Amino acid sequence: MRLLLALVRKDLLVGWRGRARLVGLSTYAVTLLLLFSFALGPDSTTLHEHAPAYAWVAILSASTLLLAQSFQQEVEGGALEGLLLLPVSPTAMFYAKALANLLLLLFLALVLLPVSVVLFGLRPAGSPVALAGVLALGGAGLVAPGTLYAALTARVKAQQVLLPVLLFPLVVPPLLAAVKATSLLLEGDPMHQVGTWVGLLATFDVLYWSLCGVLFGRVVEE
Amino acid sequence: MAEPVIHARDLGRRYGGRWALGRVDLDLEPGERLLLMGQNGGGKTTLLRVLSTLVAPSRGVLRIFGLDPAREPNRIRRRLALLSHLPSLYEDLSGPDNLQVVARLLGRPGDPTPWLERVGLEPRPDPVHTYSAGMRKRLSFARLLLKEPDLALIDEPYGQLDPAGHAMVDALLRDMAERGTTVIVASHLVDRACVLCGRALLLHEGLPRWSGPSDRAPRAWSAFHAEAPASGGAA
Repeated sequence: MRLLLALVRKDLLVGWRGRARLVGLSTYAVTLLLLFSFALGPDSTTLHEHAPAYAWVAILSASTLLLAQSFQQEVEGGALEGLLLLPVSPTAMFYAKALANLLLLLFLALVLLPVSVVLFGLRPAGSPVALAGVLALGGAGLVAPGTLYAALTARVKAQQVLLPVLLFPLVVPPLLAAVKATSLLLEGDPMHQVGTWVGLLATFDVLYWSLCGVLFGRVVEE
Repeated sequence: MAEPVIHARDLGRRYGGRWALGRVDLDLEPGERLLLMGQNGGGKTTLLRVLSTLVAPSRGVLRIFGLDPAREPNRIRRRLALLSHLPSLYEDLSGPDNLQVVARLLGRPGDPTPWLERVGLEPRPDPVHTYSAGMRKRLSFARLLLKEPDLALIDEPYGQLDPAGHAMVDALLRDMAERGTTVIVASHLVDRACVLCGRALLLHEGLPRWSGPSDRAPRAWSAFHAEAPASGGAA
């Protein structure tokens, strides 16, 4: 646990010292939301209906850049090899990196949420705590496979292209569940369906966090 | 008799169809210092990476501290440190931050200033991406020293450093020798490095070409250059 916390602290420190990149990512995601709202036009019903989907697509799109950057720093200067030789176990490395990426992604979501409320004219019906929970579960569903694939493609020249190509098909189930759960929390849930979607999301989270943690060692070690 | 730090027989490493290293036999006792010589692409870096356990050998027998790197890499890694061509630093963090990260991961958090002073750096808050190549090299050295390894694998320690930096490396290598650290140094500055080492090994195209006491290394190195050997490759 001490090692895990030290690694998370390291990743957050690197993220904080390179915060200009995080500001850039937030601006990119906000711009995406702006473009989506312009494309939909002024019809408030349509805006309400599509808001959760567009917010999550903006998060997903920005997250691929965030994930790619997180491993670029490890590989470029040989820091990853340095960690392996300390030695840091690849499993601890994966969970620390995924946790740090999740926290940075949640920061991104915190920026996007008020922007979405204003742009799409939302009046959230569900509790903010439940919404935060869905954001965390949805983010977890993206960062676990994203961290694995970011490590896998970190030494590839075409990483910016390859990472989304590999990642997007894998995150369809958690993304779908996150969009549905967010939509129900924002627009009301008369049929009490949100629990089912949250359950599906949590199942994929457990699956991805377990599987990717096991596979990560094979990716970073020769 | 103490167990050899490194015991290698017929060690080889292949990348695709090309052998980057082959037929290396090596025994290194605790506290010994070995100089690796060879041209660019001669196999020095590959040998250091195999010995660091980062790269698995394609053939041969290898024991480090009496352990099999394939089975117990972490027990070996705990006791060794590698200074490679890559600085193993986080570019957005400062020098002190980089050392503190390593110290925390080693479970020995503390003030990194003494380690920085040993390599002639000040504890400045500037990120590493503003450092010169020589300063990065010094910081990488501090990172290696911080670990206090039993086995230090050092690739081109003099590269990118000014004359004062060369003298600093000499002093650090002497200091490691006094502490009983086993050291393997790969360097093109044979005249300089041979003084600090007891033995030398010349690699050419991945194959051992000459080995002997390091005081004879400059002559062997000169003779090797005079011959200008044709390409062959390890097999």
